[in-house]
Amino acid sequence: MPRTGPGTAAKRTLVWLGVLLALLAALLGAGSVWSNASWTPKLALDLEGGTQLILSPKLQGGGSEISPEQLNQAVEIIRQRVDGSGVAEAEISTQSGRNVIVSLPGTPDSETRELIRASAQLEFRPVLAGGPGQAPAAETPTPADQLPKPTAEPADASDPNWITPEIFTAFETLNCLDPAALEPRTEPAPADQPMVACEPETQGKYILGPVEVPGTDIDGATHGLARGQQGQSLNSWVVNIDFNDEATKVFRDVTERLFAIGQGDPRNQFAIVLDGRIVSAPTTNAVIPDGNPSISGSFTEESAATLAEQLKYGALPISFEIQSEQQISATLGADQLRLGLIAGLIGLALVAVYSMFQYRMLGLVTIASLVVAGVLTYLAIAILGWTENYRLSLAGVAGLIVAIGQTADSFIVYFERIRDELRDGRGMISAVENGWRRAKRTVLASKAVNLLAALVLYFVAVGNVRGFAFTLGLTAIADLVVVFLFTHPVLRLLARTRFFGEGHKWSGLDPERLGVAPLYRGAGRFRSPAETAARPAVAAKTKNKAAASEAERRMTIAERRIAEQQKALAGRGPAEEKEENR
Amino acid sequence: MKRSSFADFGNELYSGKRSYPFVAKRKLWFIISAAAVLLSLIIPVVKGGFNLGIDFRGGSEFTVSDTANTDIAVGEKAVTDVVPEAVPRVTNIAAETIRVQTERLSDDQTLSVRDNLVAGYGVGPEQVTSSFVGPTWGEDVSRQALIGLVVFVLLAAVLMALYFRTWKMSLAAMSALVVVMVVTAGLYSLSDFEVTPSAIIGFLTILSYALYDTVVVFDKIRENTAELSVTSKRTFAEQVNLAVNQTLVRSINTSVVAVLPVASILFIGAYLLGAGTLRDLSLALFIGIILGTLSTIFVAAPMYAWLRLNEPEIKDQEKKVRQRRALEAANA
Repeated sequence: MPRTGPGTAAKRTLVWLGVLLALLAALLGAGSVWSNASWTPKLALDLEGGTQLILSPKLQGGGSEISPEQLNQAVEIIRQRVDGSGVAEAEISTQSGRNVIVSLPGTPDSETRELIRASAQLEFRPVLAGGPGQAPAAETPTPADQLPKPTAEPADASDPNWITPEIFTAFETLNCLDPAALEPRTEPAPADQPMVACEPETQGKYILGPVEVPGTDIDGATHGLARGQQGQSLNSWVVNIDFNDEATKVFRDVTERLFAIGQGDPRNQFAIVLDGRIVSAPTTNAVIPDGNPSISGSFTEESAATLAEQLKYGALPISFEIQSEQQISATLGADQLRLGLIAGLIGLALVAVYSMFQYRMLGLVTIASLVVAGVLTYLAIAILGWTENYRLSLAGVAGLIVAIGQTADSFIVYFERIRDELRDGRGMISAVENGWRRAKRTVLASKAVNLLAALVLYFVAVGNVRGFAFTLGLTAIADLVVVFLFTHPVLRLLARTRFFGEGHKWSGLDPERLGVAPLYRGAGRFRSPAETAARPAVAAKTKNKAAASEAERRMTIAERRIAEQQKALAGRGPAEEKEENR
Repeated sequence: MKRSSFADFGNELYSGKRSYPFVAKRKLWFIISAAAVLLSLIIPVVKGGFNLGIDFRGGSEFTVSDTANTDIAVGEKAVTDVVPEAVPRVTNIAAETIRVQTERLSDDQTLSVRDNLVAGYGVGPEQVTSSFVGPTWGEDVSRQALIGLVVFVLLAAVLMALYFRTWKMSLAAMSALVVVMVVTAGLYSLSDFEVTPSAIIGFLTILSYALYDTVVVFDKIRENTAELSVTSKRTFAEQVNLAVNQTLVRSINTSVVAVLPVASILFIGAYLLGAGTLRDLSLALFIGIILGTLSTIFVAAPMYAWLRLNEPEIKDQEKKVRQRRALEAANA
């Protein structure tokens, strides 16, 4: 009985798995050649050590002592920032109620360092003048007599009288194409003075008036899709700001003034300045009386979210100074990891022995599947270490070890279902197919629980818990991939071999060992008379399904007893042999 | 069935020839679990809570700089000589710097530890600085983790109710989950192990494992009881019990496979390494995996059968089964 259909499908699935693995390996290989990916997973602070930064806070405007609440808020904000840059599992704490200690795995790059330190000194300043970013050639500055000179004391923050010759010269020589000029500054200009600044996004430069609204007056900021006049969603992203009461009044006055200037004039714009850099310089399209302005423009979802985050954090009136920076070694000795791994490998060997004992040659399928799952997880961890800064901590390793059990469980559930089908007297090939159909549901439902846990914890939790969620989700997905793309196709193919198909003693699927009556031969099936009676008429395609539900109603304790009694009376039960044609 | 083997065991469980009364003896299991839960709630109260680590409470930190001797043991001894019950964390940060972290010490203790460090590492008193450090696992981390946990448990309950099409399965699964959570926490308190962030992660791992295990067994129960209305061969409770028995081999195999690597880390690792994060974590997982498996069999499944026992349909069906059996007994 040649059955090419499912057999070729199984082979094709295996090829797809090979392609998937090759693609992941190629991705990682390409990453390690052309980018900074590594073939080994990145390790977290407890296993690898890293860098400890001690940050001392500085209150904006040189205010008095920092309160414990502000310090806690600072810790929370820094944690969010660090988490936002990946799943790095940083440790953040306070020291002596004064400093913030940030421990990061590896050596943080300047970007991460900046992220932590960034003072979040956020200001709203009106624009006085703007221009393209590059500085004019050094030999042709504006002659001294043509420099703008203030004619009177500035009347308001938008008054061009703020532009002194010094400011204008600074503006002219400012080169926003120079990366150094784009570095954030911890000490931007005093709040009551004008300043020059670059907008890194557009590489434009501006002269800005004094601060109108400080970032501390922001109650919150969100991003979302723009609303049309009828309240319908438009297909563009906006950032919504929520000012506190005081700033609402100020901002209404400011927008009244800027709006009156009219569009086209750069003085119609106001700039959102973060650490001396312009985050955004929107134009004023309306007077905002309610303190809830929204900034629209060419935002993508990502850039809108970033700006909203920056605005939100802008509410913290603290900036930080890196007081000390030192390398720290792993908090867990290297021997802990090494011995832990050795112990884990011994455990894996025990798992292999146990599966061979339980499932004979079928145990080899378990071991092979675990190996494939291991390779898949390893590649995924290495790739995510590169793209998401995912780092493996000791708790993560423990999660992976527990995952061995859950991954193996998928195979165990599957194998037990096949055995159940065989016990019902089904032929090997149909037992595999039917067992799979039932096992698939169970596997999907149980992995859905794990994925749900992973997703919820990933999005809600912070710090270490987030790293854990990542590991959990990763292993659940790897497990599903392996069961669907490896274990099942392999079993389909094996069911067609003589060794497994005929239920060899060592195959782990020996019908005799599984208590099937020896009547069973080849693809024939043993049937009890009770079930042939009420066989529903079904289409050929759903035949197995119908048979499966019948199987559930088969042979109960009471029935079996009766059957045994009858057998004792009649010598042999009235069994009927029926050829199965599928 | 000439000789008894594990395969025979599985066969007999499948056919119903061998059956353990998981559902019938539910009162006994419930009493045992309730007692365990009660004990687990009392233990922390009596013992005065959990042994929270420095990550949660903050503590004292000493830094020894410019020392030629970077032996970790010296730092540990310096603290334990003063506070015998402390579990100091000594780290070699930078090339010639040692950091000693331990629970929050009093002023006198701080001075003594400082003197010990000066003597132990052979450095000048000015090279040892001390300070208090705040918790790395602050309230914000705990709060977010707790919110995540609650949201997850609620969503999982809804998901299960939708998938199994009955909220009673969700309720039964959640009861088993609560038993696992409380008893694991109780054991932690009893053993007086330091609660570290790793322990919390281990705890979450256990929760996901316990729920996972319950879903697998419940799926078999769902399958067995799907066509209950058209059959009068077994009562509902018997069907549930059969499902648990039929998946018993799976439960045993899975928990053995899951526990083997953890146990090998616990016993081999702990033997070689002594106390440490690895031992604490693997112990929590070891206990948790076993508890998770047991709670499914002894709490979740019987609880589900019990929850549905008084439904009119279930009662009707039970009546039919009784009638049929009476009839069969008469015929035989």
